[in-house]
Amino acid sequence: MGEMLKKQHYTISVLVVLLVVALLSLPRQTADRLKLAISGIFLPLFGLAASSQEAVAKSNGVLTPREELLREINALRASNQLLTLQLRQAAGIYRDDEQLRQMLNFRRQKPSWNLQPARVIARDPETWWRCVWIDAGSRTMAGMRTNLPVLTADGLVGKVVNVGETRSRVVLLGDPGLRVAVLVGPFALNGTAAAGSSWMRENNMIDIENLSGEDADRTVHPGDEVATWGAGGVFPAGIPVGRVVDVARREYGTTTEARARISAHLDALQNVWVMILP
Amino acid sequence: MNWLNTIFILALAYLAAFLEGRFGLLRDILGAQITLLPALMVYASLTAGIGAVGLLAVCGGLWRDSLSEDPLGVSILPLFMIGFVILWKRELLLRENRFAQMALGLAAGAAFPLGTLFLLMNLGREPLLGWNTLWQWAVGTLAGGVLAPMLFGLFGWTRRAFEYPAMKQSSFREDREIKRGRQ
Repeated sequence: MGEMLKKQHYTISVLVVLLVVALLSLPRQTADRLKLAISGIFLPLFGLAASSQEAVAKSNGVLTPREELLREINALRASNQLLTLQLRQAAGIYRDDEQLRQMLNFRRQKPSWNLQPARVIARDPETWWRCVWIDAGSRTMAGMRTNLPVLTADGLVGKVVNVGETRSRVVLLGDPGLRVAVLVGPFALNGTAAAGSSWMRENNMIDIENLSGEDADRTVHPGDEVATWGAGGVFPAGIPVGRVVDVARREYGTTTEARARISAHLDALQNVWVMILP
Repeated sequence: MNWLNTIFILALAYLAAFLEGRFGLLRDILGAQITLLPALMVYASLTAGIGAVGLLAVCGGLWRDSLSEDPLGVSILPLFMIGFVILWKRELLLRENRFAQMALGLAAGAAFPLGTLFLLMNLGREPLLGWNTLWQWAVGTLAGGVLAPMLFGLFGWTRRAFEYPAMKQSSFREDREIKRGRQ
């Protein structure tokens, strides 16, 4: 038995030594190929390791503590609010900038008009849709007085009705007390712009009454421009007022009336021009 | 030959070769590669036969070399020599003793890199040698000393888990039964 074991030991030893000698005698390329083939046995384990690493990474994503998530959500909410505020501020600044540019261009287009800038500082709390306060008064603006036209680059806004030292009250187009002589359409038909019949609901609409001419309903069309006529001495001619929306005959067909949409954005007044007249 | 034991040994060698190649955290921390094969060879040579020792040397050496820059087969002979020497003298060793296991592990851990180095130099290779080599050798030696008793513990636990427990010998002996009363 002992002899057999010894024989087995020697046989295996010789085999191992021969194998080692054979392996070490292999040409470099063959040895590398064999190495590659043997290392292929580890491929399942490498795949398993890679997939488990991926799974761990995924589970880390799933198992983020709730407190941390809540903290991050709160931080993101705060950041979101801050950014929203900044965005609104930026939008406001952009809007102001655009408005000021338009006003500046408007002033350049009308060099003969003496336009002075003013800022809307308040609206009447009761009649806010037809009355605003501007920061121009008799002390702060030379030539400031009542009945001066107030306009923006889009068109006529209204007229000054009260003048204080540092501020003035402006009544807006569409107020029942403000009537403006206007010219309508390409044929310059005369008319009077007054408060719209629906001014309580639509403060951007005015009625144009007493349109002259028997066939006014045929010569005036929706989209026609409405501008100040210059009659009456308050508003100089050529200030845009609005555009015709529709035309109708009234009083059994004896007069023609039209409705027009005011060009100036009365709801969003911020900066206006006061036209100083001699 | 206990095939289950041999299979466990080879499976562990396979895993060890893979882990050594795949995960480098311990290597980065210690600055030296820890290898399980010498300690595993100590266990194999003390508990299995020459077949298991030869298989472990060939398979473990080939697996290890296939993932390393060493020439293919260079680890086989040092491993086999360790196993063969222990197997040759194992009747004289206290294989159940922790201290003996540790001492053998230390010796195997020290001999394995020296044997590999000896072979490499004889093959005309120029391994990178320096003071750091001493540190790596020391770490490898210590790792062999620590891992060998741990392997005995691990395999003992595995064997108990997979094999039927040995039936306890009863203290009752028929030839010593005391018969009371009249015959």
